[in-house]
Amino acid sequence: MIYRENGQFKTTYAADQQIFPIAQDRYLVLAIIAFAFIGVPMLADEYFFRAILIPFLILSLAALGVNLLVGYCGQITLGAGAFMAIGAYAAYNFLIRVDGMPLLFALILGGLTAAVMGILFGIPSLRVRGLYLAVATLAAQFFWDWAFLRVKWFTNESPSGSVSVSTLDFFGWVVDSPTEKYLFCLGMLVVFALLAKNLTRASIGRQWMAIRDMDVAAEVIGIRPMWAKLSAFAVSSFFVGVAGAMWGFVHLGSWEPAAFSVDRSFQLLFMVIIGGLGSIAGSFFGAAFIVILPIFLNQLLPALGALVGVTISTTAVSHAELIIFGSLIVFFLIVEPHGLARLWATSKEKLRLWPFPH
Amino acid sequence: MAFFLETLIGGLMAGMLYSLVALGFVLIFKASGVFNFAQGAMVLFAALAMARFSEWFNAALGGDSLVLANILAFIAAGGVMFIVAWCIERLALRNLVNQEGATLLMATLGITYVLEGIGQTIFGSEIYAINVGMPKDPVMMFESVFEGGILINKEDFIAALIAACLVAALTLFFQKTSTGRALRAVADDHQAALSIGIPLNRIWVIVWCVAGVVALVAGIIWGSKLGVQFSLATVALRALPVVILGGLTSVPGAIIGGLIIGVGEKLSEVFLGPYVGGGIEIWFAYMLALVFLLFRPQGLFGEKIIDRV
Repeated sequence: MIYRENGQFKTTYAADQQIFPIAQDRYLVLAIIAFAFIGVPMLADEYFFRAILIPFLILSLAALGVNLLVGYCGQITLGAGAFMAIGAYAAYNFLIRVDGMPLLFALILGGLTAAVMGILFGIPSLRVRGLYLAVATLAAQFFWDWAFLRVKWFTNESPSGSVSVSTLDFFGWVVDSPTEKYLFCLGMLVVFALLAKNLTRASIGRQWMAIRDMDVAAEVIGIRPMWAKLSAFAVSSFFVGVAGAMWGFVHLGSWEPAAFSVDRSFQLLFMVIIGGLGSIAGSFFGAAFIVILPIFLNQLLPALGALVGVTISTTAVSHAELIIFGSLIVFFLIVEPHGLARLWATSKEKLRLWPFPH
Repeated sequence: MAFFLETLIGGLMAGMLYSLVALGFVLIFKASGVFNFAQGAMVLFAALAMARFSEWFNAALGGDSLVLANILAFIAAGGVMFIVAWCIERLALRNLVNQEGATLLMATLGITYVLEGIGQTIFGSEIYAINVGMPKDPVMMFESVFEGGILINKEDFIAALIAACLVAALTLFFQKTSTGRALRAVADDHQAALSIGIPLNRIWVIVWCVAGVVALVAGIIWGSKLGVQFSLATVALRALPVVILGGLTSVPGAIIGGLIIGVGEKLSEVFLGPYVGGGIEIWFAYMLALVFLLFRPQGLFGEKIIDRV
């Protein structure tokens, strides 16, 4: 009943083609965005911003990029962490080596560098596919891990290999308090999410999906696989690169190559698969799940131990975290292989008929 | 020349060790279409079990019979790997039949975390040693042919021999026994195998057990070489280029791929490494595999993929 679209007539093409054709969806999304911009800064405390919200926003952006490639174009990648690293280091180098480079341009240029590298490392996708491609993309991961560790030019000859960005000056607005950082990330995320949503609705997104569903058939109806696959790699790497730059600049402040290791790549792929392949909203659900779960377990387990009067050592907690995290992932894949986004879609279907299910 | 040969032989023997890990991947992929990322965690788990059982049995036996303790530990660790295989099949894979490759891949990553967690909770998370009496001292060979001779690590040599024996045994098992035939049938076509009465679930348990035993052997060899510690799980990442180079579905491919990667890594590290700053082993293997893939997308010995619209 809540979710019925009865009586919502579309009289123009524009109305028919809008992003959220159902009014309830539109208002819900607007309400969420408004709450995120106005309500959250008033409610959340500093720990909440630093530990949960900012990582969640930035990793959502990266997951969005990975989802464009894996979920929409069907090319599995295990190298997303490397493109985050490229974005971060490229943006860093642009920022310190070019005088007066504005922060926003540095971030975008970092993303563009990642996009170029994405095209380069996407070339194997023209020949190999599926799991072979997944392993091939690991080449990017290990190559860049090595390059940022060994080639001192990238890290501005810093002896320890760690680099840092001191002030974030966004056209005169100095982003330093957690709330400001949160708002900055949120703003970027909203813009990029809108971009992603529109890309997937446009010709290029439809080409990606055709390639994903059956690449030979797509080629037969006149879609150029090379263009479609490489553009997916480029756009995805751009998103991931910008996210990587923000992860370094905004969240970490100073970082080492280890911040973008192969574990990060796996983490991003987890987000996309648990959230839902080929779904923009799924990227957010997945990112929320993967960011919050370890923190939640970390807080919960010692508390549980204290409840029954046992002190659990930190190593035991970290092992238990691994076990629970792993089993939850397997459990989720078994009960809902199409991800949290499918759960959301099913519940919308149910709400549409509720309370009269027949 | 002697130095080149020494590097080459070192590479070949390191390659056999990669092949051992790669074999586990290939076995499971062949029979169930699962790309088993947990192979590395299985190696760690098996090595931890072996190291600790050997320590405990040795203590129980009064410390005077290391061989007996090791044999008992091997049997016990094999039993543990059987239980692990059975649990994985029963709890995870059986419920994931017919899912996409990426979903299965993620599931095995989940299993990786669980295995790492459980292994370290039960057996502890320090560095342990496996002592199965492998000789550690290097020997000189071909002293009459080259000046100074070639230095060969005895331990590596024995490890390579064991790996070769294991591969021969597996080949015999696959070709000559009825279970092996059933395994190959399942690999060819699940439905056809089911329709002639091959129990799919049991076959999967068997395959995971075989992979578990392979992981145990790999774990013992790698463990006695490097010490049993958490980083053993990353051996899987080193073995991945071997698998895609040789082809995901080919047992001989895993061996040949392992040798190519092993030699390529060692030669590149020794002759190319100094110019670019060293430590290039890990990505060089991947790049090598990538170049091969560009020419043969299904790997050297993989089955040709034919697309039908």
